Amino acid sequence: MTWEPVIGLEIHVQLKTETKMFCRCPTGFGAGENTQTCPVCLGFPGALPVANRVAIEWTILLGLALRCEIAERAVFSRKNYFYPDLPKGYQISQYDQPLCTNGKMILPTAEGDRVIEIVRAHLEEDAAKTVHVGGRTGRIGGADYSLVDYNRGGTPLVEIVTAPDLRSAEEAKRFLQLLRQTVVELGISDAEMEKGTLRVDANVSVRPAGSDELRTRTEIKNLNSFTFVARGIAAEVERQIGVWESGGEVQQETYDFDAATGRLTPRRAKEEADDYRYFPEPDLVPVEPPAELIERLRARLPELPAARIRRLEADLDLERATVLVTGGLDRLWEETVAAGADRLAAANVIANNLVGAGVDPAAVPPAELARLVEARERIPRSAFDEALARLAEPGFSADPYLAQESVADTAALEPIVLRVLEANPAQVEAYRNGKEGLLGFFVGQVMRETQGRADPRVVNDLVRAKLAG
Amino acid sequence: MAPLIDTLRLTAEEASRLLERRELSAAELRAAYLEAIAERDGELRCFLRTVEEAEGEGVPIALKDVISTKGVETTAGSRILAGYVPVFDATVAARVKAAGLPLLGKTNTDEFAMGSSTENSAFGPTRNPWDPTRVPGGSGGGSAAAVTAGLAPWALGSDTGGSIKQPSALCGNVGLRPTYGSVSRYGVVAFASSLDQIGPVAKTVRDAALLYSLIAGRDPRDSTTAELPEPVRLPEGDSLAGIRIGVPTELNEAEGIEAGVREAVRRALELAAELGAEVEECSLPRSARYGLPCYYLIAPAEASSNLARYDGVRYGLRAEGESYQEVVDRTRDEGFGDEPKRRIMLGTYALSAGYYEAYYGQAQRVRTIIIAEHREALERFDVLACPTSPTVAFPLGERAADPLAMYASDLLTIPSCLAGLPGLSIPCGLSQGLPVGLQLVGPQFGENLLFRVGHALEQALGFDTVPARWREAGR
Repeated sequence: MTWEPVIGLEIHVQLKTETKMFCRCPTGFGAGENTQTCPVCLGFPGALPVANRVAIEWTILLGLALRCEIAERAVFSRKNYFYPDLPKGYQISQYDQPLCTNGKMILPTAEGDRVIEIVRAHLEEDAAKTVHVGGRTGRIGGADYSLVDYNRGGTPLVEIVTAPDLRSAEEAKRFLQLLRQTVVELGISDAEMEKGTLRVDANVSVRPAGSDELRTRTEIKNLNSFTFVARGIAAEVERQIGVWESGGEVQQETYDFDAATGRLTPRRAKEEADDYRYFPEPDLVPVEPPAELIERLRARLPELPAARIRRLEADLDLERATVLVTGGLDRLWEETVAAGADRLAAANVIANNLVGAGVDPAAVPPAELARLVEARERIPRSAFDEALARLAEPGFSADPYLAQESVADTAALEPIVLRVLEANPAQVEAYRNGKEGLLGFFVGQVMRETQGRADPRVVNDLVRAKLAG
Repeated sequence: MAPLIDTLRLTAEEASRLLERRELSAAELRAAYLEAIAERDGELRCFLRTVEEAEGEGVPIALKDVISTKGVETTAGSRILAGYVPVFDATVAARVKAAGLPLLGKTNTDEFAMGSSTENSAFGPTRNPWDPTRVPGGSGGGSAAAVTAGLAPWALGSDTGGSIKQPSALCGNVGLRPTYGSVSRYGVVAFASSLDQIGPVAKTVRDAALLYSLIAGRDPRDSTTAELPEPVRLPEGDSLAGIRIGVPTELNEAEGIEAGVREAVRRALELAAELGAEVEECSLPRSARYGLPCYYLIAPAEASSNLARYDGVRYGLRAEGESYQEVVDRTRDEGFGDEPKRRIMLGTYALSAGYYEAYYGQAQRVRTIIIAEHREALERFDVLACPTSPTVAFPLGERAADPLAMYASDLLTIPSCLAGLPGLSIPCGLSQGLPVGLQLVGPQFGENLLFRVGHALEQALGFDTVPARWREAGR
């Protein structure tokens, strides 16, 4: 039987407002522990929350980007549970009347647009950061003691919930990358998974392909990179298929993904109560965004990544367009092409070489990049690589690099090629026995011998000819 | 030799005049009250603590111990907050400080303002100045008894379902529960957020109005506050011409209202008619019938959440334990008294999945009906009148073991609290030698109207706020 994965995501995006969600403490990273706190975010007796207007506007902006309906009346609710990272004993969140509902995001794929429904996007406050010292698990149970840093407590978080519309681990990853890029371009969050400003939980189930049933799902937490999202989901899909195929039944459980081992471990004891006893937060008044504000925010929406992928696809292909757009590289690509570079070559150089060199695309002068792209096969590889690495430096000019010529003279290269072949008889033997993938190895050796000055195409032809001979 | 100040009789307004004329210094005035406290508070136990040094050149004030005071221990009458010293002033504390009112001390309260007799204080009960074998009412029994006993010229209390009005009635002074949203709750230890309001306790309606004017108005730290639609006016005059007083039958003839109480209120209303008011019966059937049960779902539900922060992690009591859960459990077990525990359990239940709609959800719908019923009545009448408390002050211990009997003390104050409306209690006579309170309820932000009616009646009634047993000594 073929199985179809059914995946929904819960995404938390930490907003980069200057102050916290319900008090005016600063939100910045890196300050000393518990220095960015006040009676409100420490939950002192009598302290009251006051909602952050910017956070509300940004959530609406995100809602509009996700084509959500914006509530005429949104209500904050209390989610009650005990945990030391939750100073009030409840988290102020949104429950039955969230700010944004019924949205959708278009995911361009080779088979056409996939529509991923957004069930809701709501605003809440983040919990504090805890470190559990001692014990084996790093969890509160069994720890010798726990330390709490309330600096993060109260930072605005948007929770986005998708319908179970995603059909593969890879699709979930692509969706997430596109969503991240959308959030980043709206300027409302850094959305970095490694730093925890973008957090993802996945709800996963599988069903026989072609059926529309929804089987028992499990939740995977601790997916803190795009790669882990794909790997964690794929592992869980495989596990569930195994359970069903061996005649078992998938149980509703929560798993942690361990990046080091690639394994999923079920959460042992429940650390939180099941029943959060939500009720409307009486310390806050409902949010009633005026239509005029919504229109003003709508006017601020830039052309969204999904649309740009479709636009770029016409000149490139879906894969390259997706890489450029979700990498935030498409503007540089467009400007580089406008400055005269070949479309495909520019895309490859930007998506591979430039990103590999760790260069900030926003600081790159497109005209200089275009000149380098055009000269990439004429100048020595070493000169090209160095130029790319320095491209973002102030006052960069391609001139000194373009002045260099690569060694394309067969007569000069031939002795080096022969030397390399003689030094690696075993590889030569293997190649001649059909292991043609070794061609790159020999070319690489020659390039190294010439300190990257050789013309790789010439070397390629030469190596191939000598090995054939 | 301290100047001769009769703190039993001196009103805040008179005291303020003495200060203005420099017949007295603020320090001397405050010293007179501290002396009265030293003399009489051993018996009454109105204060949980007094303050040695306090800033301000005005008339001193006492604050209920649910109001955070920077640098001064604030316990809300609970062991769980013993030793907790706030690092910030509640907005009302900051406002009276800014107005130059030096702090006398913090007054006793039922634990977390949960109670109607001040017997639920973890630090022992307060006694009624009229009869020390009786309760002063609650939860703000400390503030009310202190004002009556001349231990403070005025005080602030907090009122969730009657905690200002009822003790004022039982102690024979004036208490105002303001319109919900007119006074900031910031820094006031929360009991039930959608009901809690801070208000003045004083000897006269004019004093109450003056103190209200110092604390009222929008506070950016409390999202539920609003700017007053009109400035506070100190009431003058003795006419009630043109005032329509509605007398809700159900709240005047409810079972459990003592005959003496009913009689005192009836006479006060006759007097109101003589002063020119139109007094007419009206009806609040659903408010009277469902107010109490509605309140005892909403208030405990909010309390169960508001009291979750007392976990021993950051301040207050912390019991030792082997794990986080054990620390939390033990801290709360040792720190909370019976009444908070009872309400946390009630409230947790009312909010639980599967019960929410039947209890909390239903109570919210009933509350909407109560609001509408009051609004309709107040379209016909300027104010509504009924007794503040069904009974006069009851003996200590009488209801302590019977929560339902205790809850019934607030039968008449609760409906207007649920409706968010202002209520003023003024003393209107004696029954069994103990004060009876008349409750006047006005429309939203109708405090000026309440002050006007209350002041005119107060003048006509001529009630002597000094307990009978001290009248000779006081003069």
